[in-house]
Amino acid sequence: MSTNFEERESSYGFEREYERAGMPGRGPRRMQRRKICRFCIDKVDLIDYKDVKLLQSYVPERGKILPRRISGVCATHQRMLAEAIKRARNIAFLPYAAD
Amino acid sequence: MADKRTYEVIFIVNPDAEDAEVMRLSETFQKIITDQGGAISKTEMMGRRHLAYEINHKRDGIYVLLEVEGSGKEIAELERRMRVNDRILRYMTIRVDEDRRRADKLKDRRARKAKRRPLRGKARAEESETEAEEAAA
Repeated sequence: MSTNFEERESSYGFEREYERAGMPGRGPRRMQRRKICRFCIDKVDLIDYKDVKLLQSYVPERGKILPRRISGVCATHQRMLAEAIKRARNIAFLPYAAD
Repeated sequence: MADKRTYEVIFIVNPDAEDAEVMRLSETFQKIITDQGGAISKTEMMGRRHLAYEINHKRDGIYVLLEVEGSGKEIAELERRMRVNDRILRYMTIRVDEDRRRADKLKDRRARKAKRRPLRGKARAEESETEAEEAAA
């Protein structure tokens, strides 16, 4: 279960640099950097449930909402994101559960 | 409640329906709204899309989006009509005026903050980083 989860994590672009930073001696060494909320940088005030492309990047294959400890999204935006994903599910833009 | 509210109504029409039928349905619903005293501020035919899961054994659906302004009574009638219409696979109504007002407020606050403390160059980049960290904490 846990190995499966790690695999999924690493398939996310968010995580790659972070992982490398956490393992000294493997690969190019980097300072461990705090993940920054993408929505704060882009100054997003409203996350629309119709923006399926955006939402999909926060919904891994299984269909669950990506936790913010992995994506680095801030609390405010994670809340908006979760709401938008749930709305999108209701109207069949996103699956409730995949396979 | 007399205040004006804005709603977004999205509904999925049976994929077997012809374009003309979808148009007709959309017009009927718009008429229901206007008859009840509401106003349509936007209509959008989002077209045929693949559904993320099956609804009534259908894998596709035709999406239509309406933006309605009114008191909320029209929505009740509209939803009742959609519920009994078997060409409608699914519908969802969302109240958007509150969320939009909130977004405007946030934008406003940010604009004022930026004006109060005009930062330049490197200092500004650092500022936005600490801000994001604060928000994450």
